[in-house]
Amino acid sequence: MARKIAVDPITRIEGHLRIEAQIDGGQIQNAWSSSTAFRGIETILKGRDPRDAHHFTQRFCGVCTTVHSMASIRAVEDALRIQIPDNARLIRNIIMGIQNVQDHVIHFYHLHALDWVDIVSALDADPQKTAQLAQSVSDWKLSSAKYFKGIQDRVKAFVGTGRLGPFANAYWGHSAYKLPPEANLMAVAHYLEALEWQKDIIKIHAILGSKNPHPQTFLVGGMAIPVDPDSQNAINADKLALIGKLLKKARTFVEQVYIPDLLAVASFYKDWAAIGGGVGNYLCYGDFPMDNRGGTDSHYFPRGVIMGKDIANVMEMDETKISEYVTNSWYSYSGGDEKGMHPYDGETTPNYTGPKPPYEFLDTDSKYSWVKSPRYMDQPMEVGPLARVLVAYASGNEDAKAIVGHVLSTLGVGAEALFSTLGRTAARGVDCLMLARKTELWLKQLTDNMDRGILEVHNAEKWEPATWPKEAQGFGYHEAPRGALGHWVRIENGAIANFQAVVPSTWNAGPRDASGQMGPYESALIGTPIANEEQPLEILRTIHSFDPCLACAVHVLDGRGNEIIKVKAL
Amino acid sequence: MRKEENHLQEGLVSEEILQRWELRGVSRRNFLKFCSAMTATLALPVTMMGRVAEAIEGDNRPPVIWVEFQGCTGDSEAFLRANQPTATELILDYLSIDYHETIMAAAGHQAEAAKHGTIKEYKGKYIAIVEGSIPTGADGAYCTIAGRSALDIARDVCGNAAATIAVGTCASYGGIPAAAPNPTGAISVVEAVPGATVMNLPGCPLNAENLTAAIVHFLTFNRLPATDSLGRPKFAYGKRIHDNCERRSHFDAGQYAEGFGDPGHRQGWCLYKLGCKGPETFHNCPTVRYNEGTSWPIMAGHGCIGCSEPQFWDTMTPFYRRLPQVPGFGIEATADKIGLGLVAATGVAFAAHGVASSFRKGDKLEADQVVKED
Repeated sequence: MARKIAVDPITRIEGHLRIEAQIDGGQIQNAWSSSTAFRGIETILKGRDPRDAHHFTQRFCGVCTTVHSMASIRAVEDALRIQIPDNARLIRNIIMGIQNVQDHVIHFYHLHALDWVDIVSALDADPQKTAQLAQSVSDWKLSSAKYFKGIQDRVKAFVGTGRLGPFANAYWGHSAYKLPPEANLMAVAHYLEALEWQKDIIKIHAILGSKNPHPQTFLVGGMAIPVDPDSQNAINADKLALIGKLLKKARTFVEQVYIPDLLAVASFYKDWAAIGGGVGNYLCYGDFPMDNRGGTDSHYFPRGVIMGKDIANVMEMDETKISEYVTNSWYSYSGGDEKGMHPYDGETTPNYTGPKPPYEFLDTDSKYSWVKSPRYMDQPMEVGPLARVLVAYASGNEDAKAIVGHVLSTLGVGAEALFSTLGRTAARGVDCLMLARKTELWLKQLTDNMDRGILEVHNAEKWEPATWPKEAQGFGYHEAPRGALGHWVRIENGAIANFQAVVPSTWNAGPRDASGQMGPYESALIGTPIANEEQPLEILRTIHSFDPCLACAVHVLDGRGNEIIKVKAL
Repeated sequence: MRKEENHLQEGLVSEEILQRWELRGVSRRNFLKFCSAMTATLALPVTMMGRVAEAIEGDNRPPVIWVEFQGCTGDSEAFLRANQPTATELILDYLSIDYHETIMAAAGHQAEAAKHGTIKEYKGKYIAIVEGSIPTGADGAYCTIAGRSALDIARDVCGNAAATIAVGTCASYGGIPAAAPNPTGAISVVEAVPGATVMNLPGCPLNAENLTAAIVHFLTFNRLPATDSLGRPKFAYGKRIHDNCERRSHFDAGQYAEGFGDPGHRQGWCLYKLGCKGPETFHNCPTVRYNEGTSWPIMAGHGCIGCSEPQFWDTMTPFYRRLPQVPGFGIEATADKIGLGLVAATGVAFAAHGVASSFRKGDKLEADQVVKED
């Protein structure tokens, strides 16, 4: 007998996500992904100074902080045809690179690991054997039996209080957990190490951008952080050295802890290389420009589209082929809800038709989410590290080929294993390692520029609105940790006339479209085995493999002229 | 810490407590350093260190329910960057974080059960932390968790807590969702749950140091720190950024950066002409800084955007427009003149705020004299 369940809140993500699933015969037969929060930041942007937009859009998300700043600044720069100085390109690459690296490691250990790692089982581990295991997979220095015993004692003391805080009430002991106690203990140790590591390495954002989360340093036309070897108030030799040290610390942890752990854990869960594939279409905007010409052909991660898992055929990406549907989202379109709209002409009129809270279940036959359904050539697309790595791998990027090859051969699986929950999680590691290695090059190039006396960080030629055309529009893109991010802006008379963001989690988390095609989350859940309906651990595995970020996904608003809501008197 | 100083401080904290922390893997040096830093942040006399140490004893870990509504998780992320103590220590040793969606292992109804369990078992005793604003439009459908509206959850969680800490500007004052035209009818925690005991820690995001300091204050005295008329603790929001700014001498000397990357900008001159809102903003950024004291916006060459002030998205924008020019500016102009000038210059439908009184007058904290005007 089929049974419908709701998992709400989906925890260990950013934002508010609800999954409803119909389970029959121990498998998911049908699934619905719903975002249950809405803020309306694009409406708020209307009429404001385009140079301020990045401060607002950065607040789409505090986890993948910086990414929306990047996309909206590029959109304004595209609209106004602004060329940024080379130093600004390099500083942006470093900030974005380390954002991806830090975000991926936090995702693996703090958001995703507990789907695979049973903390309680770690209490039964033999510290001696744990040390042997750790030393067999990595040269990482913290690997003695004494070290693991100390971690185990700390966890024991914590569990002994009987108050487990954030670790209470979870699925510990679930039959789907497969790691031996020693692997669990090793992972718990690294969970704690990563918690310390992340706050250290992200100081790079503070050095280059004042603080993290929400660095305050981006500018339309460049960056606000001055560089000058002869000043103590700018990026100088001291600060370059500190950034270099932190970048090395970042790379070392990724090479010696994250990647070995990823491979060790994955080797126990190879069945998940056949689960959670999803739509099989992948979109990547490409990013991390390697020179300052401004062309899309210089990206470290190339731009491209893969349809139907056909990696032999990477197609060119054309942003005009993107449209968004609201057929099953809580909005209405003036031209009817069955038709898709390109973001430049996008409309977002909230139209909540769901049940009045409190409710048990949503009406999934009608509108059921605050996320829209973006489509490329009317097809649902998966975006994220897997899409990025697949496009790079299929386009012949040497780094991607080498690392993907290493991962596949270590696990003894073929390339088809990439199209899965496990493949998605592994690709995030590949992506992280590629960027952890590349950022050091960008720092070196910045140092070289400074050495040659090139100190420009901002192009102010078109800073003043008086220099702008009366009307302009632009597309800004970025490959954020969670994938393809696009902002579309229309500027009229020096102010924002329309702003639309189509973000990674909109692509992945969106509901069904006008023709009933499921979004990537929904599609990936179909066929997933569920051992215990009361403890749907398997749903978390696949959903977390996408690294959901819902505050980002529900930005929306506004089409032109939609003065929907009354101004609240403050 | 110097050796003799260490010895002196050791005398303030009982040997028993130091030994217990050592057993838990926290060295006495680190523990003393933490207590000392906390005592200083809270502006307490050093003799209070012993009491601070007693208050953060592990066995007394207070339960915490952390809920996020219309937020971006930036304040949670800031919390993960905490250093004194670190997030790991906060999670394992100082607090019992029974509900926090971003980090908790449980999901769905098991997560809900954990929250309800704490509300019931520790009614009137736990700390509620709220991140994000609360929408009132569409009958609450603009933000639901487990099918319940944010407003409903906030009343339950904050209404039954010993105290509520609103983290970030959204929870404190509505923040970005409440920026004009406030499409979802977003309100602050104080507005949503008027009867609750609420302290605001605005900032976008808040500074983790201020959160840990506030928590330790609560543990030490069993009440929240003293607040100003905007509900902000005086220890963190009592002074104007402009008055503590490391570039203040350049302002006084009339040395301004004229453009990003120009020689003045590279030499750390005043950012007033590039739009800095430091003269209008009350926050301890210049002294505490962010990410373990690494930097803060003005130090990194970008003006303050006033992110801890109510309605800053409306009153402080455009961010790159300088605060209005006033007579005598550049010598010792008072910030109240700038404030009045701002009101006159913007003159728009948004709520604007002026500064009613000047600094260096009277003995009241300046932040108490900020008034809201419709």
